[in-house]
Amino acid sequence: MIGEPILEVEGLDVVIPLLAGTLRPVRDLAFAVARGETFCIVGESGCGKSLTALALMNLLPRRARRSARRLRFAGTDLARLDERRMADLRGDRIAMIFQEPMTALNPAYTIGNQLEEAMLRHRRVSRAEARDRAIFLLEKVGITAASSRLRQYPHQLSGGLRQRVMIAMALMCGPELIIADEPTTALDVTIQAQILHLLAALQREFRMAVILITHDLGIVARVADRVAVMYAGQIVETGAVADIFARPMHPYTQGLLRCIPVPGRTRRGAHLGSIPGLVPSLMGELAGCGFRNRCVYASPPCAAGGIGLVPLSPQRAYRCLLPPRECAANAAAAAAP
Amino acid sequence: MTVETFSGAERILEPSAGALLRRRVFGHAGFMIGAAIILAILAAALLAPWLAPHDPYAQDLTRRLVPPVWDAKGSWLDPLGTDQLGRDYLSRLLFGARISLLIGFSAALISGLIGTGLGLCAGYFGGRVDMVASFVVTTRLAMPVVLVALAVVALAGGSLHIVVAVLGLLLWDRFAVVTRAATHQVRQLDYVAAARATGCSTARIILAEILPNIMNALIVIATIEMANAILLDAALSFLGLGVQPPLPDWGLMVAEGKEYMFFSPWVIAIPGLALFTLVLAINLVGDGLRDLAAPENRN
Amino acid sequence: MTPPLLEMRDVTRSFEVSAGLLRRRRTLRAVNGVSLRLEKGEVLGLVGESGCGKSTIAKMLLGLLPPQSGAILLEGRSLAALDRKAVARRIQPVFQDPYSSLNPRKTVGAIIALPLRVHGIGDRRERRARVFAMMDRVGLAPRLHASFPSQLSGGQRQRVAIARALITAPEILICDEPTSALDVSVQSQILNLLQDLRRELGLTYLLISHNLAVVEHMATRVAVMYLGRIVEEAASETLFGRPRHPYTEALLASVLTPEPGLGLPDTGLGAAFPNPLEPPSGCAFHPRCPKAMPLCRGTPPPARSKDGARVECHLCAAAVP
Repeated sequence: MIGEPILEVEGLDVVIPLLAGTLRPVRDLAFAVARGETFCIVGESGCGKSLTALALMNLLPRRARRSARRLRFAGTDLARLDERRMADLRGDRIAMIFQEPMTALNPAYTIGNQLEEAMLRHRRVSRAEARDRAIFLLEKVGITAASSRLRQYPHQLSGGLRQRVMIAMALMCGPELIIADEPTTALDVTIQAQILHLLAALQREFRMAVILITHDLGIVARVADRVAVMYAGQIVETGAVADIFARPMHPYTQGLLRCIPVPGRTRRGAHLGSIPGLVPSLMGELAGCGFRNRCVYASPPCAAGGIGLVPLSPQRAYRCLLPPRECAANAAAAAAP
Repeated sequence: MTVETFSGAERILEPSAGALLRRRVFGHAGFMIGAAIILAILAAALLAPWLAPHDPYAQDLTRRLVPPVWDAKGSWLDPLGTDQLGRDYLSRLLFGARISLLIGFSAALISGLIGTGLGLCAGYFGGRVDMVASFVVTTRLAMPVVLVALAVVALAGGSLHIVVAVLGLLLWDRFAVVTRAATHQVRQLDYVAAARATGCSTARIILAEILPNIMNALIVIATIEMANAILLDAALSFLGLGVQPPLPDWGLMVAEGKEYMFFSPWVIAIPGLALFTLVLAINLVGDGLRDLAAPENRN
Repeated sequence: MTPPLLEMRDVTRSFEVSAGLLRRRRTLRAVNGVSLRLEKGEVLGLVGESGCGKSTIAKMLLGLLPPQSGAILLEGRSLAALDRKAVARRIQPVFQDPYSSLNPRKTVGAIIALPLRVHGIGDRRERRARVFAMMDRVGLAPRLHASFPSQLSGGQRQRVAIARALITAPEILICDEPTSALDVSVQSQILNLLQDLRRELGLTYLLISHNLAVVEHMATRVAVMYLGRIVEEAASETLFGRPRHPYTEALLASVLTPEPGLGLPDTGLGAAFPNPLEPPSGCAFHPRCPKAMPLCRGTPPPARSKDGARVECHLCAAAVP
């Protein structure tokens, strides 16, 4: 990690009490994000990555409960903040970009109105000033004829343009941290590349920290500085992006990387790697490793007790009983044709 | 909840779906209360010949307007007293439950068939069929139910059959509107496309693929219309245009008792309360079914 | 020469779209003069972005939507003239979303058996045996026979959808984004299954996808669609090795492979996605094309074919005399 952390999370838990028991979709999460850094949380559906984002913003569904040993944002303890003060922070110093820009924008108001409101809510500025800022940012996100776009409604824009508007809206107050939850999943591939490009450029320009939540390892590889791989509510592996992709330690990360066809590298038509089996139920406590029922290297000790993160370096850790040398050997054996 | 959760690689995601549903049903107080009341009234209606202490039509002019048993002048001979013709009120109430349930059920069934049929066609075929169906529904909505019912019953005479027919032919609009919207939604789903791609006939797609998936909504509507029909029947009977005397209809009982209500208030209070309880119970069940069928509660 | 297994000849399909309450209905040309050939045993990948007409082509090939002009031929005979059930026996779909492609009120067994019942194949016992055999073939445990779709995972549901498609032994599978709704670890299992089934049963696939890595892995030939037209078509190696149309180049550049250090590609495309209701004049791609010339604005590019590869671009027209 480079520089001081803007967000520090330790022991973050989300529990959802249900009729059938207590769902624990996020378990004892710990990570930190530095200013100007892109931190990716990657995992498959149901691993708890989106709930993590909502928990950070205190936007969890009504029944869900959040608890954390430490949840500090730029010196403020988010865990102690009441909802009113948290609402002051949201959209001001922490902004969020959602997956589906069509539902995240209110169809009843114009783009301009929504952009201006995002600023008027937090800043003592005139509507004209907010408008100027909106035009400035729309141009920044590559929307031409920005001042005429302000009068348009969300449904008059294409998906790519709507996501650009969402990004402009997130930037209205000059946030220090942006949480983007699958920001390009609903978009076409060419548009996705453009939007990610834009996000990266804006991040550099305004020196924001970005938490990018995605299921796409391709996106992670191309935009992240550091990564956390989530499985069954836990971080199973974390580290610098180049390191994770070059030397994946956890059997789940290794498995995921083998599942993706890579043009030019995977032999056409050959069998892809796969991870058989299903994600475990997230009800109640996990005993042992959450991945062991799908893991080819699983052994009886994997079923017993909690398995902690094994640190390899200040930045790098993984959650597995296998010693580092064996993990590396497994990765090498799997990579060989 | 530790080792069991990892029992097998191909473990089914929700192992106890049936048990969960049972827990949700029994945990829903409104639904359980409503269902209990309806079952009690249904049992009373079915067992009326055995439960009723007297013949509901037998008049005894020497024992007119006897108050119920909790009144000082009441007796166990007629637990709920007697009406202005000396008929046993409990017996009439028990037999009256048959009529209310019969009217409610039959009217909801007839209107359900009409409305669902129309809605399925409109929602599935769309285009011109939809336009025609929507026009028919709009026409129907423009007709004031009570006035039309009054006019028809006034012309054709009041009898159980006519009341059932009139209500059945008038209360299908909500079925049609809801079915049309639900069908339109389900029709877009890929399993309908898959059924078409295997060469299923249109009738089979509508009846086997679409109808079962909109049934939840229809059952809720059916409860609403049943309650509605029972209340309308009571209103018609009260106006003297519904079921004719001497049938022990609850609405008719209120109508017949209205002249005596100041000195013998129970003659209206008892059938009124019975109507209120039945309609409330049906609505409770309807609300409960809607809650239980709602997907957000499934977890 | 034997006719191709399935062929589209200059097919056009448009939809009437109402733009608003008081506005005139407008025509959306979803598929605009498309010709495609699907040869026996091949996997034809059809790629393009949302709204380009891929799914309309799938619906027309399945016989669910008639073309407005042009013809669709199954072994040289018009699909429109053939009996619907006869077509259904030979062409079957696998849809994108395994959550909406299975009737939630039916058991897995009933869903897979439906085509057999519709076509009146076998008696009850025989159908049951065939369903179990098919479930085994696609990797579904026999005890799932009585389960409902809501009790299955996404991957299991997609296996059910594949079993239903294959139970009547069709020759052609139209796979419309078969793995887009699935997690990567499940996606690879479904792709492996589709590969195995094709080899064993001699199937022919039309694989519609926006995921170029998947298409590259699976397809033997690829067609690239843009706004209702096929702008480039070539054998997989050729198309991925030497793309000729600027749109294909941009698509390939946009693929984010899991290789850190490469950074984000710059596609050079403009931000404005065209409105399909008002397609640009000339070459439909010219407003976004980094290599557009004045000619592209006015004249639609002619199609050039060479060695089974086909491209519609003024640049290529100049290069190949």
